[in-house]
Amino acid sequence: MLARDAWLELRGRAVFWFSAAVLVVALAMAAFPGLFTRLGPNEACDLSLSKHGPDDGALFGYDLQGCDYWSQVVHGTRASIVVGVAVTVFALLISIVLGLIGGYYGGLADAVISRVTDVFFGIPFVLGATVVLVAFPDHGIWAMTLVLVLLGWTTMTRIMRGQVIAVKEMDFVAAARMLGASDRRLMFRHILPNSIAPVIVVAMLNVGNVIAGEATLDYLGVGLQYPDVSWGLQLNIAQTFFADHPHLLVFPALFLTATVLSFLMLGDVVRDALDPRLR
Amino acid sequence: MRYAAQRLAQAVPVFFATTFLIYAMVFALPGDPILALAGDKPVPEQVLDVMRARYHLDEPLLVQYGLYMLGVFRGDLGETFTGQPVSELLQDRWAVTAQLAVTAWVFELVVGVGLGVLAGLRRGGIADTAVLAGTTFVIAVPVFVVGYTAQIVLGLNLGLFPTAGTEEGWPGSYLLPGMVLGSFGLAYVARLTRTSLVENLRADYIRTATAKGLTRRRVVGLHALRNSLIPVVTYLGVDFGNLMAGAVVTEGIFNLPGIGQQVFQSIQLQEGPVVVGVVTLLVMIFILANLAVDLLYGVLDPRIRRARA
Repeated sequence: MLARDAWLELRGRAVFWFSAAVLVVALAMAAFPGLFTRLGPNEACDLSLSKHGPDDGALFGYDLQGCDYWSQVVHGTRASIVVGVAVTVFALLISIVLGLIGGYYGGLADAVISRVTDVFFGIPFVLGATVVLVAFPDHGIWAMTLVLVLLGWTTMTRIMRGQVIAVKEMDFVAAARMLGASDRRLMFRHILPNSIAPVIVVAMLNVGNVIAGEATLDYLGVGLQYPDVSWGLQLNIAQTFFADHPHLLVFPALFLTATVLSFLMLGDVVRDALDPRLR
Repeated sequence: MRYAAQRLAQAVPVFFATTFLIYAMVFALPGDPILALAGDKPVPEQVLDVMRARYHLDEPLLVQYGLYMLGVFRGDLGETFTGQPVSELLQDRWAVTAQLAVTAWVFELVVGVGLGVLAGLRRGGIADTAVLAGTTFVIAVPVFVVGYTAQIVLGLNLGLFPTAGTEEGWPGSYLLPGMVLGSFGLAYVARLTRTSLVENLRADYIRTATAKGLTRRRVVGLHALRNSLIPVVTYLGVDFGNLMAGAVVTEGIFNLPGIGQQVFQSIQLQEGPVVVGVVTLLVMIFILANLAVDLLYGVLDPRIRRARA
């Protein structure tokens, strides 16, 4: 019922359709960059065209290496989308498991989980990630994902735990228990579906935040490295030249912002749709 | 009082666990810092042993950490591998980062709450729509992009602010970096204030207060706002630690010689003692800020105090 109501509400929101459209394009660029550009990453670069602005031949101009900037920016989509989605999915799984165990059983398990969550919550994001990434210089996209999951599962876990504690006291859970349902059945069939909505909303917002975080690490020079192609790396290079060559900054920033913004707006409208109190 | 003691008892093990985790992460880094110090020259085994003993690098990790923590509580953050005390290295830099963080924090508090109230009082109005759209946008643009754009447009092209460095001192040199650093938090504060105020304005006690004949100003200012600010206070408390730690990026853009820049260089040079020193202090600030918020929470909302005690 809730999902149906939420869909009816979402269907009429322009913001929903706008952000969904942007995300479909971004996902398509990440999965099939060949649809948008004929060139591969770092392909057909000509140093004599280095930093040339947009003109007839190249819609977005050229980057520092003289590569066509449009195709470089298109290829940069994959890193952001993969990291953003993968980190959020893993963090969501961790938070569902830990939140269910801690919230449902309480007692010692809950105390341990809560304190471990506090410990990881206290590590400053940029500094913590930098320490780990510098220790392993040859990291690729999956090492980045691991680091971001390690530093990013705490908020969702706290929300999930709070939800489980609230839902497990409800009458329908007591009724199911009296009918003889096992702990596992109670947790997965009754409590989980009724407590997950706010966590899903935070997860959507989280995809945007993770993408911004990944770009920040690239920008600081501790994230992905050449020959990987990502928006964060492009912005890193742009910082030195953008006063005279603003196109180097504008295009990756535009793509990055549009993607992050779409995830955030999607999260926002879904929350509004799921939470009738705010209607 | 019991509530306060309970919270404190929880914070202490968290502090030690977090700092140990950081310590382990930093000192488990591959590579021998003592060998790195010597460069390409061969070093006699005795010299290596003396140096390792001096920095307790030959002890088990837990013992190293224990010795380090004993030092920290005596105000000694250890020495860098070139013999300079870490506390001396950080002395001047702390002031820069603290000024930056406070500027950003005040900006978040004043402008954020102001915008939130403006939007929340007239839900669905022009101000509300503008604040919602503006804050979503600010949250979505990465802080380094905001930083550059502000530096070039407001600093270089319009000449409103100094572009880099700290020559003008506080507040001149810190205004623009502070606004950039605080922009993300500001957007959150504004949205939190708005949502919370909207919810509270519908509550029964507000209807009662209005029915009693109180003025709108008193209903909003005294009753609604006080309750609405509880989540905002939480956020602002947690965010102070984030601002100190998040200053890395802003300090880099505006070339402010704060701890963020220092620690970033130190990580890349594998100067473990500096990294651990800074992060330990940051974690301390973070946990203390959280604790302060929890206690303040109890003061603001008696229900929380009674429920947990």
